Amino acid sequence: MSLAVRTENPYLPEPMRLIRRYPLTDDVHFFQVRAVDMERAMSLTYSPGQFMMVSIPGIGEAPFSISSTPSRPGLIEFGIRRVGRITDKIFELKENSVLGVRGPYGNGFPIERMIGQNLVIVMGGLGAIPLRSLLLYALDNRDQFDKIFLIYGAKRPAEMLFRKEFISLMDREDLNCLLTVDKDDTGKWPGHTGLVTTLFQYVKGIDPEKTTVVVIGPPVMYKFCVAEVLKLNIPKHQILMSLERRMKCGVGKCGHCIIGGYIYTCLEGPVFSYWDVLHMKGLI
Amino acid sequence: MRAVKLKKEKLDIFLTCIGSYGELWGPVRQDGRHVLARIDLVSQIDLSALRTTLPFKKLLFPPKFSMFRYDEKGYSADLSSFPRRMIFGLHPCDIKALLIMDEFHAKEFRDPYYYERRNRTAIIGLSCIPDEKCFCNLTDNETVTEGFDLFLTDLGDFFLVWVGSSLGDDLVRGCPDLINATVGHDDLNRYISWQKHRSEQFKMDIDLTAMPDIVELSLESPVWEQEGKKCLSCGACTIVCPTCPCFNVSDETELGKAQGERIRQWDSCQFREYSLVAGGHNFREARAERLKLRFVHKLQAFVGKFGKPACTGCGRCIGTCPVDIDIYTMVKHLHGEEVKA
Repeated sequence: MSLAVRTENPYLPEPMRLIRRYPLTDDVHFFQVRAVDMERAMSLTYSPGQFMMVSIPGIGEAPFSISSTPSRPGLIEFGIRRVGRITDKIFELKENSVLGVRGPYGNGFPIERMIGQNLVIVMGGLGAIPLRSLLLYALDNRDQFDKIFLIYGAKRPAEMLFRKEFISLMDREDLNCLLTVDKDDTGKWPGHTGLVTTLFQYVKGIDPEKTTVVVIGPPVMYKFCVAEVLKLNIPKHQILMSLERRMKCGVGKCGHCIIGGYIYTCLEGPVFSYWDVLHMKGLI
Repeated sequence: MRAVKLKKEKLDIFLTCIGSYGELWGPVRQDGRHVLARIDLVSQIDLSALRTTLPFKKLLFPPKFSMFRYDEKGYSADLSSFPRRMIFGLHPCDIKALLIMDEFHAKEFRDPYYYERRNRTAIIGLSCIPDEKCFCNLTDNETVTEGFDLFLTDLGDFFLVWVGSSLGDDLVRGCPDLINATVGHDDLNRYISWQKHRSEQFKMDIDLTAMPDIVELSLESPVWEQEGKKCLSCGACTIVCPTCPCFNVSDETELGKAQGERIRQWDSCQFREYSLVAGGHNFREARAERLKLRFVHKLQAFVGKFGKPACTGCGRCIGTCPVDIDIYTMVKHLHGEEVKA
């Protein structure tokens, strides 16, 4: 985030058109939007790992991770799970309707510190949504990174977000695409079978000092995956994660996302390192 | 900083003289308490008031206000209609809180609702003599040198008036007949003896030395659980605190229409729903966790963020909490001292 203080009204949503939507799984849908104003659509920049506030008049707002990459400007993509009053309404929206969106907010991934490094992207559950942004960004700027690993574990093939997109990446030679399901109930699953933790044995030939690992998934995944990552001797500050909190403003004012009494997740997060988690109490 | 003198008997006329700036607000006595109220007659002001029940924040970010309207066409905000106001009678603790709020609302994303009001608000501070709940001396807020347009120190038959801003200078120069611009040695001596007298009146016996470190090392202390069992989660402590800006946002749609307003309303970190996310997970389900958030925020957090604690020593939470969980008792508990009920 730039140091300059932003002076426009940060609470006012801007109109964006819903361009496309389709299901990723039963309860998670893909939403692609574009600022109604063409110039704004093309100039809107963000970092992988940032989020935006989506507004439904009469119901309210909620934060959603951006799933698209800034290296492909114009369209912004979200993966949204139907889980409450706001997402119920978002799921009712038809293509070509206009909704209110504001942002981007949050720190995003520290791309500038990751350049030249190996990148290990570990996703589970909804973690695939923000990490798809980072993955696409890295693939679009492939020469800026050394080896890239994608590790994704889902319960069943049907629960894997962006399944077709990620399976198509398995053929690429510039990416180690490691996909696994706990149980293959289709008989057609082309990837691994077993827990996500079994995939770390394939992360080989990397200098741990020159590697950033990003883990985003349900809380239980952090516990087991971080243990695996530590076995690879990755420094604690190079293990990154993204946290979820209640947010009402996204701009460091309403207070709901405060962690430990002073960390505003919406400003200083949602991306934190494992070292942050260890030395700032209350993060996870 | 320039200082001038104003005869005490001329205060009424002076406030009337500068009244063209905008609405006058000040402390008045109401049902045995002091409240910050709109003043029609200058004589309504109670110069002996210490803390008003609600601090200035109710004017700069009101308990409930509309941020913008929405209808079929989209969202539209109108920030042009805030009145100009003079807040009279803020003491050093509240002026320090105001400075903290100024900085907080300017950081990263400037809050237009705060600043549109703030930029139309003149601050006329007033000296005070502390009571048993005051401890601004312990939070390094005993005196202020910024954050006000004018600051009046009551030296008996006259006020020594510090002129703290360009606006303050204009206000004083607008009433030349009421102001004596000559401040002599005798006046200075009276000011010094008054300061000494005031310093001697503080009675609070808590030790805030190294409090951020004590808090950090007490995060696992049983004291949070012990106090959490008493806490009623009523939020009164956060409502009266001059450095508590948290808010909730909700939409109010007009009946039978597709238009309405997005409302911003004071919230409290002590409420159960404060950290509840969609899907049902609550990051601070336990009252002990919510209490910890408040006191870490007040006693430790702001030191790192703003170089000073967010607690300014105004004493409002003392006596407001129905079960006596306040800065005084918590500091005592954190020191492992007995607290008299």
